Amino acid sequence: MTPPPFAAPASTALPNSAQAPDLTPQVGEYGVPQPSAAEPVFTIRDLSVYYGGNVALKEVSLDIMPREITAIIGPSGCGKSTFIRCLNRMNDLIPGATVTGDVFYHGQNIYAPEVDPVAVRRRIGMVFQRPNPFPKSVYDNVAFGPRINGFKGDLDELVENSLRAAALWDEVKDKLKKSALNLSGGQQQRLCIARAIAVEPDVILMDEPASALDPVATVRIEDLMQELKKQYSIIIVTHNMQQAARVSERTAFLYTEVDEETSSRWGILVEHGETGLIFTRPKDKRTEDYVSGRFG
Amino acid sequence: MQSEARTLGDVAAGVAPAAIENRTGIGRRADSLFGLLTLVSGSLVLIVLGFMVVSTTNTALPIFSSEGLSFVTSSNWNPADGNYGILAFIYGTLVTSIIALVIAIPVSLGIALYVVEAAPRWVRGPITYAVDLLAAVPSVVYGLWGVFVLLPLFLQPAAALLSEYLGFIPLFAGPPSGLSYFGAGVVLAIMVIPIISSLSREVIRTVPDADRYAAYALGATRWEMIRGAVIPRSRAGIVGAVMLGLGRALGETIAVALLVGSATRIDPSVVRPGYSMAAVIANQFQEASGDHIRALVGVGVVLFAITILVNMAARLMVWRMVER
Repeated sequence: MTPPPFAAPASTALPNSAQAPDLTPQVGEYGVPQPSAAEPVFTIRDLSVYYGGNVALKEVSLDIMPREITAIIGPSGCGKSTFIRCLNRMNDLIPGATVTGDVFYHGQNIYAPEVDPVAVRRRIGMVFQRPNPFPKSVYDNVAFGPRINGFKGDLDELVENSLRAAALWDEVKDKLKKSALNLSGGQQQRLCIARAIAVEPDVILMDEPASALDPVATVRIEDLMQELKKQYSIIIVTHNMQQAARVSERTAFLYTEVDEETSSRWGILVEHGETGLIFTRPKDKRTEDYVSGRFG
Repeated sequence: MQSEARTLGDVAAGVAPAAIENRTGIGRRADSLFGLLTLVSGSLVLIVLGFMVVSTTNTALPIFSSEGLSFVTSSNWNPADGNYGILAFIYGTLVTSIIALVIAIPVSLGIALYVVEAAPRWVRGPITYAVDLLAAVPSVVYGLWGVFVLLPLFLQPAAALLSEYLGFIPLFAGPPSGLSYFGAGVVLAIMVIPIISSLSREVIRTVPDADRYAAYALGATRWEMIRGAVIPRSRAGIVGAVMLGLGRALGETIAVALLVGSATRIDPSVVRPGYSMAAVIANQFQEASGDHIRALVGVGVVLFAITILVNMAARLMVWRMVER
């Protein structure tokens, strides 16, 4: 295994430029990144987010590689969720939020004026912090996305496959017509994953998907993620460092900067790289302090 | 009074904790007094309701027994000859209320969805305030406005248009009149729109944003989000709002009396004059005496029964929806 580090966020990066990854052999202790020269799914350059004129996230540049799990870690309020919501334009829904910089998805700038955010979200799915199934049947929850996307085909089969992929089929196959709200929290969250998979996205964003779940349900979600990464690129926000270390190939560490005079605060990207290295040999002192539990 | 709070120092020094002392005086009886007070208020409702049912039914009993079932199955209402059949009034009440709902439901939901889901922030306040204000306008004002403004400006021409282009359907057959089921229904709709829209607005507002985000994240447009996430969550509440509006429409008296046309017959065309239960009571009570009064009270009893039935049906509907 020769895990390549993140492609350096060079200022020369262009949307389609397949940057030759640095193939210096570095064996990680935890994550096992795919040894590939694949092009990044996301090429993020100078991404900043403002809420009503106040900067919340400042000049983040990062590449996200395909068919891997990328963890976004950092202390509370460092803009992790803000960051991940930029990747499927969910921030558009928040009044007063503005985004600057570029997010290239397979070379296409998703913030270009001609891009419809609805179309973006159909390719880039999302799972939220709290399970949020619709108050409908299990079946209708999974079928919701395909239906609005004009799916033509065997819906029953698609629902079954999605539920199987989310490791939920065996538990719900006899209660597909029952309300999803009767499921347990962990089952609801896997249902939300099935619902996201059903629109056949390319990327799944997960915003602290296990933070509202008990440890057993958390392990099931983490196992599921290992299966899902064979087909999807996954970006997970987590405040749980052990979780990041367990599941991810790469980790990006965000940190809150504070302006002492105005006491305004915003998030910056401090460091990113192979998960094993971030946790054992961080380059930045702040990363080291965080992963060693000195604050957070 | 109570002894001083025990400090950690006291604990260490072995000072005994204060004994549990009952409150004295009225404070000790506060809970039972409060319980009694609420019990009296609660029972009062039942007592008044029971008294109303019994006394009105008693008053109308001679008519019920002399007319029998034909009281509600006949539309021959002729107090001079002692004929009391109220079917035409029942029909009018139901038809005007249905017309009102057919118009009011889509408009009310449109207003509510616009205010919560689509309107820019600065127009939400004024619209919300205006709608709530409309709900507080007395019905006689709606009635007068209906007669003097809406009738010549909209109701007459609209009735004429309906019968001209859709007159081949018996439901819209002419000769058209603005003072009609249709006219009363339109004014009723305007009266119940504020009720339905402000209640459903509050229901829609309680839909968690998480549901909206879930739909958006699946690539839903705003309309798909509303249909998939907002409506299912608030359906039971919206039905409740509609039923409250229907309750108001069924019982509305003065505006309907002014606009329905006061014709004691069942006309299959909605652009023809008719009558309603509440309107006939209001119009005839002053001059009535003897059996006529008893018959009008009987109309009230039937109206009361219909309202209760509608309410129970609404509850059943809401309950079934919540069950699912």
